Amino acid sequence: MRKTLKVIFALLILALLGGVASAQEMETAPSADTLGPPPQPPSDVRVEDKADDAGHGLVVKWNLSADDGAGLDNVQMYEIFRSKSATGEFQSRGIVPAGTDFFDDKDDQEHTGGEPNPNYMPAGSTWYYEIKAISDKNIGSESSTVVSGTTKANLFHWGKLPVLFGVIIFGGFLLAFISQAKSGKSLYVRPLAGINAVDDAIGRATEMGKPILFILGLGTAGDIATIAGFTILSRVSRRTAEYQTKVLVPVQDPVVLAVAQETVRTAYLEAGRPDQYNPDNVFYVTALQFPYVAAVNGIMLRERPATNFYMGKFYAESLILAETGNIAGSIQISGTDEIGQLPFFVAATDYTLIGEELYAASAYLSQEPVQLGTLKAQDYTKGVAMVIIIIGTILITAGIPFLLNMITVNL
Amino acid sequence: MKREIPILIVGITGFAMLIQYFIPTDWSEFIFSYSQDWVIVIGILAMPLGIWSLVKANILKMKVPGERFYSAVLLFGFFIMVLSGLKRENLELGSFHMNIFSYALVPIQATIFSLLAFFIASAAYRAFRARSVLATILLLTAFLIMLRFIPLPFGLSTVNLSIVSWILKVPNMAANRAIMMGIGLGATATAMKIILGIERTYMGHD
Repeated sequence: MRKTLKVIFALLILALLGGVASAQEMETAPSADTLGPPPQPPSDVRVEDKADDAGHGLVVKWNLSADDGAGLDNVQMYEIFRSKSATGEFQSRGIVPAGTDFFDDKDDQEHTGGEPNPNYMPAGSTWYYEIKAISDKNIGSESSTVVSGTTKANLFHWGKLPVLFGVIIFGGFLLAFISQAKSGKSLYVRPLAGINAVDDAIGRATEMGKPILFILGLGTAGDIATIAGFTILSRVSRRTAEYQTKVLVPVQDPVVLAVAQETVRTAYLEAGRPDQYNPDNVFYVTALQFPYVAAVNGIMLRERPATNFYMGKFYAESLILAETGNIAGSIQISGTDEIGQLPFFVAATDYTLIGEELYAASAYLSQEPVQLGTLKAQDYTKGVAMVIIIIGTILITAGIPFLLNMITVNL
Repeated sequence: MKREIPILIVGITGFAMLIQYFIPTDWSEFIFSYSQDWVIVIGILAMPLGIWSLVKANILKMKVPGERFYSAVLLFGFFIMVLSGLKRENLELGSFHMNIFSYALVPIQATIFSLLAFFIASAAYRAFRARSVLATILLLTAFLIMLRFIPLPFGLSTVNLSIVSWILKVPNMAANRAIMMGIGLGATATAMKIILGIERTYMGHD
C-alpha cells in the first residue's frame, strides 16, 4: 500500500513538473496557431525623388497589403528597410501605421557629432528599399520586392510658386504706381490719426520745454517694425532739431544703437542743426527685457517727457511702459506689428498705429509721391487678396477646391 | 558715392535672398545660413559699442546730482558682474557670479514683470469706461468673455460659452486675420522699398 502511494506521489510530481515545463514553453514560444498567419506584404512598391528639396530625400510609396483593412485585417504597421545595394544588408528606416501608403526618407546631415553620418543621402545617390507589413501580433510579412530610387537636387521649389506669383503681382502694382507718381499724378491716401498727431506731440514738447522719449522696442535692426521705427525716428528728429527739443532714445541692441545714432545725427545735419546733436541722447541700456523696462520707466519718471513714441517690436513690456508713461502725464503715440500687444497699446496710449500703419508711416510723414505709390500698390494687392478670398470661399462652399489648391503654399 | 554703394549692396543682397528663397539646393541653403551667421557676427562686433555707450552715459551722469546714485549702482553692478565672470569656473552653479545672477537679477526681473498685473487692472479700468457706444460694446464683450471662467446657474455657463466661442472664432478671428494680412503685405512692401532703394532712412538718409 505504501509502495503504491509512493508511486502515485512520484507520478503526480512528474505530471506537475511536466505541466509547468509545457506552460513555460507555451509562454516563451507561442505557436503559429495562437498568433495567426502573417499578413500579406504591400504590393507595387515604388520610390520617387522627394520634390522641392536639395536632393537628400526619397519618397517610398506602395499599395496597401491585402490584409490592411480587408482580408485578415491584421496589419498594424509597415516597416521600411533600406540598403545601399540590392543584395546588401537592409536596415530599418522607420515604421508607419496601417493605412499609410508612403514614407518620407530624408537625411541631409553629412556629419553627426563630428563623425560622418552613415545614413546621409547625398544628391545623386541610389538607395534600395523593401517593406514588410507587421501584424497586430508582431508577425512580419514576407519582404516586398526590392526597388530603388536616386536622389535629385531640385533647382526650383514648385511648392512656393504661389508666393512667386504674389511677389510678381505686387511688384507689378508697385512699378505701375511709382511710375504714375513720378509722372506727377496726385495720389490720395486716407489720413491716419496717429500720424497727424506726431507734429502736435512734438509741438507740445517744445512748448513745455520737456524732452521727447523715443522707444524702438525690443526688435533687432533686421526687423521690419524696427526699420519702420528708424524711419519715424528720422522724421521726428528732424522736427525736434528744427524746434530745438531734446529727443532721448534708449535702446537695447548695439546694432540698433549704431543705426539710431546715425539716423538722429543725419536728421540734425539735414535740418541744418548739427551743433544741436548730442550722441549721448541715443544710448544703450541693456539687452535684457525687464531691466530695460526698469531703466526706461526710471527715465520717464525722472525726466517726465512731454511725448513718448513707442515704435517697433514690443512684447510683455508694452503695457508696463505705456502705463508708466501715462502716470508721467506724457502724450503717447505707439505703433507695433505684434498683434498680441496691440490691445495694450490701444488701451494705454493716445494714438496707435496698427500693424501696417506703422510701415506706412514713412510715406505719410514724407508725402513723397514715390513712397505714396508703394502704399497704393499695397492697397491694390489687398484688393486682389480680397477678391481671391471671396471667390475661394464661394468655390469651396460649392465643393470645388481648385483655387484653394492653386494658392496653397507647400513648404 | 557714399550713399550709392550701401544702397547697391542692400539691393543686390536683397535680390539674392529673394531668389534664394525659391531655390532649394545645398548652395542656396549654405548662402542663407552663412548670411544668418553674419548677422550674429555683426551683433557680437557691435557689442563693445553698446558697452561703451552704457559706461560713458553713466560716467557722465555721475556729474548730475539727481542721477548720481543710480549711475553709481549701475556701474558697480556692471563691473562686479564682468570681473566675477572672467573665470570659466565662476560660471558654474553656486559660484559668486551665478549667485548674483540667480538671487539678485532673476528676482528683480520677476518683480518688474509682476507689475504687469497691476497695470493690466488700471489700463482695463480706463479702457472699459462706457463713454461711447463703441466703449460700451467693448465693456459688454469683455464682461461676457470674463464670465466664461465663472460657473453660472441655470445652464447659463453653456449659453455664455457658446456666445464667447462665437465672439472669439468669428469677429475676433476676422479682425486678427485682417491685421495679419495687412502686416504681411506691409512687411513685403517695406522690404521691396528697401531692396529698390526707395526707403533709405534706415541708413540715416532720405
